[in-house]
Amino acid sequence: MAAATKTMTDPASALVMVPTEARDWLIVLPVLLPLIVAAGLIVARHTLGRKPGLANAIALATCGFTLVATGLLLERVLSQGPLTMMMGRWLPPFGIAFTADALGAALALAASLATLLALVSERAEKPSPAPAYGSEPFALMLLAGVSGAFLTGDIFNLYVWFEVLLIASFGLLTLGPEKVQIDGTLKYGFLNLAGTTLFLIAVGLLYGLTGTLNMADLAGKLHGLTAGPVSTLFVLFFFAFGMKAAAFPVQYWLPAAYHTPRAATAGLFAALLTKVGIYGMLRVLVMLMPDSSDGLSLMVGILAAATMLFGALGTLAERDFRRLPGFVLISGIGTMLAGIALTSPGGLTGTIFYALQSMALMLALYLALFAAARLSGTADFTRAGGLYDRNPLLSALVLSLFFAASGLPPFSGFWPKALILKAALDIGAWWLAAALLVSGLLLSVGLARAFLIGFMKPAESIHPGGRLPLATLLPVALLTALVTLAGLYPAPLMDLAGGAAGGLADPAAYIHSVFPEAAP
Amino acid sequence: MNTLIFRTIAPFLAAMMLVFSVFVLLRGHNEPGGGFIGGLIAASAFAIQGIAQGVSAVRRALKLDPLAIAGIGLLLSALAGLLSLPLAVPFMTGLWVDLPLGLDRVPVSSVMLFDLGVYLVVMGTITAIALALEEKEEP
Repeated sequence: MAAATKTMTDPASALVMVPTEARDWLIVLPVLLPLIVAAGLIVARHTLGRKPGLANAIALATCGFTLVATGLLLERVLSQGPLTMMMGRWLPPFGIAFTADALGAALALAASLATLLALVSERAEKPSPAPAYGSEPFALMLLAGVSGAFLTGDIFNLYVWFEVLLIASFGLLTLGPEKVQIDGTLKYGFLNLAGTTLFLIAVGLLYGLTGTLNMADLAGKLHGLTAGPVSTLFVLFFFAFGMKAAAFPVQYWLPAAYHTPRAATAGLFAALLTKVGIYGMLRVLVMLMPDSSDGLSLMVGILAAATMLFGALGTLAERDFRRLPGFVLISGIGTMLAGIALTSPGGLTGTIFYALQSMALMLALYLALFAAARLSGTADFTRAGGLYDRNPLLSALVLSLFFAASGLPPFSGFWPKALILKAALDIGAWWLAAALLVSGLLLSVGLARAFLIGFMKPAESIHPGGRLPLATLLPVALLTALVTLAGLYPAPLMDLAGGAAGGLADPAAYIHSVFPEAAP
Repeated sequence: MNTLIFRTIAPFLAAMMLVFSVFVLLRGHNEPGGGFIGGLIAASAFAIQGIAQGVSAVRRALKLDPLAIAGIGLLLSALAGLLSLPLAVPFMTGLWVDLPLGLDRVPVSSVMLFDLGVYLVVMGTITAIALALEEKEEP
């Protein structure tokens, strides 16, 4: 028996011995709450299918609670620094960590707000032919996956959340089996599966190189390695996240897929999915591989400029209300990539600011333009026209959103673009600054063209009806108000983005939250 | 494919596979096995039964919709993690109870509850897919 007791080890060497307070659970709630309710909705789907609107009301309440939880989490992270919970009590780096810092918590907050408003607009959609196959469980699972990606502190776990949100988005895309939807889903699915496989390969190589996948642990271990292998990993991760984010040259799936589903789904995708790719770049590339980020910034910068210009040129050529926002989205991705390429505090602040406001902007733009397509009875805006006479409110909202998307003051798109522009000029990257300005000009021209033709030009034929349901208008109006407010009064968002960028540039607080014993 | 031999043997085969799937599920705690592979074996059993007896017979026997079973599994797994909340330990901590059952004490854990959830998720999802594919074959 003596030998047996000898092999018994002290649990304190493997387990977290500090009691977990109930308020620490805030960090898992944004994942747990939507996941549990989504499971409940699936179990009860036949019962709920007979009562239209009930599943949506339950999902709305869930998103409301998630919004409150992420709000409290952000407040706590801002006042007390990053928060970590070790899953299953195992000590880092062996256990899976959930670590919330300002960046993750702010993005999780914006994600739950976007899901909430997308679900509100879902109430205005035509009821689906098979009510038992509602979109709500998938929307909640998407929210759980996105929150998990934003809050996890482990790279393999990040991969798992990517898969969760990928599966949820497959479900959302294929609801309503039209041929064009299946076509879009195939392109989206194939490219995204290729992207996540690449991500998995990169994670395997990373583990082989460092022996750890915990982000706080990696931040230290990757630092002392030679540049060659780390640069290889950087490129693999960049490609994988770039595919998610729809960066040039792997962006073609986005215009092929995003105009096919329902308005709320398309808006939700635009608000959340590409931002997860940008978040992955910020977390893994900028925070964990700062040396490679500096060394390969030229490559990132050139791809950023190409992405921006591709999106802007796309808006010039597009004549479909529902495909137009996809190109605006791609151009925005280019802007965010430009901030990542600069790796300076100003550039990163601009990227984070842009990502946060882009969640509201893109959701509103998709909802508004899908509504415009529905009002005119055709998605082709060269044949629509006359929308201003029929619905001036929607037209005013769309014009504000177009201004914000082009980066014109006084709307939210202006400030992050100005920050990134200044950061580019500071280091003398004039070509990147020029690409930013040219893409902004092209976007303004392209969107002004869409507005003049689609909204101001007198209609050739009058379609009956000009009213939109409140459930469509309300989210668009709220989001436009937010976008305008962020443009008029940018200081809080700027501070938040600046703090988050500081946390990426110097992850000492992040590491300290995972390894409290290590010297800060 | 659907011969007399197959139709006769299928119920026995399915029953044995279901028992074996539970064995694999419970064995998985310390040895190869677990909820995922157990769920796959159980789903294969239902798929075989579906080929032999027809999909509607399997649906009747299952009582619950396969996707609802998957949902219940997801709920169970989440519940296994939530048990740690009142005990002031982090999410998903393994918690053990010794249940006095008959002559021996049986240790039961939240880890097992989680694995049972995984078993039901995999079994429900794969069964739903398999039955949907088999249904298309019926006239």
